[in-house]
Amino acid sequence: MNKELYSKLIFEHSRPGRKGYSLPAYDYGTSTEMPRHLQREVKPELPEVDEPTVVRHYTNSSNNNFGVDTGFYPLGSCTMKYNPKTSEKAVGLAGVADLHPAQPEWTVQGALETYYTLQTYLSRIGGMAEFTLNPYAGAHGELTGLMVIRAYHADRNDVARRKVIVPDSAHGTNPASAAIAGYEIVEVKSRPDGTVDTDDLASKLDETVAAVMMTNPNTVGMFEKDIPRIAELVHAAGALLYYDGANLNPMLGVARPGDMGFDVMHINLHKTFSTPHGGGGPGAGPVGVRAGLEKYLPSPRVFRDESGVFHVGKGEKSLGRVSSWLGNYTVFIKALTYILSLGEENIKHVGPLATLNANYIMYGLCDLYKLPIPGPCKHEFVFDGLADKSTGVTTMHVAKRLLDFGFHAPTIYFPLLFHESLMIEPTETESKETLDSFIAVMREIAREAAECPDKVKEAPHSTPMRHPDENEAALHPLTTWKQLQPTY
Amino acid sequence: MTLYLPSHEYIKVDGNTGYIGISEFAAKQLGVVTYVDMPEEGDEVVAGEEFGAIESRKAASDLFSPVTGEVLEVNEELADDPTLINKDPMATWIIKVSIANPAELDRLLNEQAYADFCAEEGH
Amino acid sequence: MLAACGAATLDDLYSDVPASLRLKENYGLPKEMSEAELTRFWKESASRNRELTCFAGCGFYRHYCPAAVESILSRSEFLTAYTPYQPEISQGTLQYIFEYQSMMAELCGMDVCNASMYDGLTATAEAMMMAVASAKRKKRVLISATLNPALAQVLETYACGLGIILETIPEHEGLTDRAALSEMLGAGDVAAVIVATPNYYGLLEDLTGWADIIHAQKAMLIVNTHASALAVLKSPGEWGADIACGEAQSLGIPMNYGGPGLGYLCTTKALMRKMPGRIVGATTDADGKRVFVLTLQAREQHIRRHKATSNICSNQGIMTLHAAAYLSLMGYDGLREVNRLSADAAHSLVEKLCATGKVSLKYPEKAYLNETILALAEPLTADALIEEAARHGILAGVKHTDSEIIVAATEMCSPDDIERYVRIVESL
Repeated sequence: MNKELYSKLIFEHSRPGRKGYSLPAYDYGTSTEMPRHLQREVKPELPEVDEPTVVRHYTNSSNNNFGVDTGFYPLGSCTMKYNPKTSEKAVGLAGVADLHPAQPEWTVQGALETYYTLQTYLSRIGGMAEFTLNPYAGAHGELTGLMVIRAYHADRNDVARRKVIVPDSAHGTNPASAAIAGYEIVEVKSRPDGTVDTDDLASKLDETVAAVMMTNPNTVGMFEKDIPRIAELVHAAGALLYYDGANLNPMLGVARPGDMGFDVMHINLHKTFSTPHGGGGPGAGPVGVRAGLEKYLPSPRVFRDESGVFHVGKGEKSLGRVSSWLGNYTVFIKALTYILSLGEENIKHVGPLATLNANYIMYGLCDLYKLPIPGPCKHEFVFDGLADKSTGVTTMHVAKRLLDFGFHAPTIYFPLLFHESLMIEPTETESKETLDSFIAVMREIAREAAECPDKVKEAPHSTPMRHPDENEAALHPLTTWKQLQPTY
Repeated sequence: MTLYLPSHEYIKVDGNTGYIGISEFAAKQLGVVTYVDMPEEGDEVVAGEEFGAIESRKAASDLFSPVTGEVLEVNEELADDPTLINKDPMATWIIKVSIANPAELDRLLNEQAYADFCAEEGH
Repeated sequence: MLAACGAATLDDLYSDVPASLRLKENYGLPKEMSEAELTRFWKESASRNRELTCFAGCGFYRHYCPAAVESILSRSEFLTAYTPYQPEISQGTLQYIFEYQSMMAELCGMDVCNASMYDGLTATAEAMMMAVASAKRKKRVLISATLNPALAQVLETYACGLGIILETIPEHEGLTDRAALSEMLGAGDVAAVIVATPNYYGLLEDLTGWADIIHAQKAMLIVNTHASALAVLKSPGEWGADIACGEAQSLGIPMNYGGPGLGYLCTTKALMRKMPGRIVGATTDADGKRVFVLTLQAREQHIRRHKATSNICSNQGIMTLHAAAYLSLMGYDGLREVNRLSADAAHSLVEKLCATGKVSLKYPEKAYLNETILALAEPLTADALIEEAARHGILAGVKHTDSEIIVAATEMCSPDDIERYVRIVESL
């Protein structure tokens, strides 16, 4: 591969007059003229390239990328499990590519049934009464869920509730979503074992609290075993309990959020239900609610009548609208395929096997890496850096050194509870051989950190690029091709 | 006279005018400053309330005002080069304000109290 | 493996989960299916969908997409990666996002673009929140009556928790009432004005002078446009917009029954740090090579938490690669040709439909591109037309009222398709 030739931007391959399309030469017998003053005057600078150039450009640039298909991706809280190819194939088979979202219901019964079936299965898995699949991502689901909660309190004329409580270990999206839903954020402390301090929580619960957001297992991989008590406290205060489904994976086959006392939840289909992350999206963040809250779900919704016909409509007290149509449809097809391919029996193995894999790594490394919260963990766990920090090797260094060995780095510096957080989530789709080789590499890095620390500190050594100047990128942001031009 | 908030903002008092910036300790904790979000001239600031934010590549902190008053001037040099704060935080004020209520100054930490506070926090 | 974990059974790893919470019965899911059975399942599902020749729009359009785009998108090195937090092994993702940002900023005539929003509606809601946050204490946002009603609903849903006061600028003859806008601005306290062009009816808004009167009130102009039309329409940048946003599904993204599409959001350099979402920037590495990284992350939820400019984390990711690959293959000329063909198809359709005497342009004097609103002559109703056309394999448009329908055409509609549509109307 010629690195020089293929490391260019697509703009640098541009030559006047080249094109990569073929459009029909229809003659409609009319020629439309737009008023001059409504036409653009400045020509946008788009590349002019032919098809082979475009295909080679992106194919080569994909070689500078690391995905789950490339190798082990133990990114904590992101559930980077293998994405089955059968789910990708299903999108082609399902015949939705050319369906317009405004088509008459009778022409899209297959698509509507997919939506209805998936929302039904998610309700069963979550222990909820009903789901909406409309939200586009986890954070969008959180926001939608909080809007359900707002609509519920407003409907009861309980308007003094302006606070949302989140644990200090929460994902950043929790407080951010609550802020966008218009709530004040109150943090509740964690105990030394990483679980929510119920005394601190109880002291903060009153008639001004709308909701408490939690994830269970939490972000340090611990099951919140006081959850029945927490649910009691929250409900006694008149607030609702929200389940951040980012960590649902280890609960498959074990327990349901609805049974734990949660009122509203979201699921990240791109995590637990194995739809590909696409370098950041598209995902889907379906929101489930317990019985009594369905009427607040966003519009549009999909209903099934007694004769088995599917309809698109709205709930009587719907919170409003959060999406153009019914959400990221192809993601639903992939998630439903995943559920169907596993079936009732196999899906129950997902949680326990994900937990087994995480513990296997944790116990294989906890002599060399500092384990601030003793196990067993659930689907993920957090190290607070190396046990021996005397040579100055940090979590960042360990993460970068892992790249040299062909592994993606774990999540680093999150949660904020520890200074050197290194959060590892292997998922159930990794073999013992992969886990063993990861453990061996992590042990090797710990040895290097003690014996030749500079080798670790200067990592990575073998990646397509090394040590980008990120301060410069933030100080003088250059975010477009035009800004890279000397004339800019 | 230089006084401090526990959130690490300082105010250099010059009569009825104050120069607000962040302490050496804070600048060091933050790392290379990449951006300072500043109010506009004429904006009100309130003692104990935020007036802006300061960002490094991997962190962001709100800036709190030690006093109530009006923004008389913002340090435009920071728009071009926020790293001036790293070079000399005590000389690089962020905003210049009028001090509406001098009694508020009594509630701030003096040099010694602030130094003790930082020593405590550093542990 | 269990022994290494000090456990005898898998259950031992869950000893902290109270027995009362443990799953007691089956979920009620079907038995597992083999690949062959899944193929059968999805083919059967597809048989209950009916593809129609599409004359509908309202934000989602059926456009041609070069075959190479799908092939590029299927590269699993792109598809199965997460957000590019480790730039050393994510240059592929970072580079295509940078290219996408560059192309969208060019189309909008704006300085910067983020790495995507969910869809055109939520992108506009984010633009609204960005404007209100920047305006500090001002809470009024003026929205045109000609916005897509679904967009107005989303804005309303987002605004209500934040205390943002939405007020509707009335319409006059299918376009935003300019005189009413001036008056409403005059009342003060306005953070932003939101308008779409083409608007919901497909009509082109004339925004001449808008930026001046809006900026005079220290408010922001937010212009919503579906991305394909930017190739021919005066760009938001040329109109003097502060934020440009909208749906980019029209850049050849399959309709997929409504998603995934692609929301975009562009703004000026001055407002860049108030922008929601991820942004990729260029810098250099240890060897002096040009490389790409996520930048300005201090705005984002994982650092700024409740003070972040937005809660967005996952976005539409790989759909930006779709847009970048599509725009690379089409170029400016191709995109203009798509717009010319689409506009000609729509005007030809409208001309022929009007000739039947059963349909007329609701706003005959107003310019439109490839979409417009038609009035149906009695006894023809929107429901009857859509139903009858669907039976003949045609999606006639989107119902507005009982007697009005919004129709769109693209280069995917052949002259024969148009003839078929016209014959259906004649038959009614």
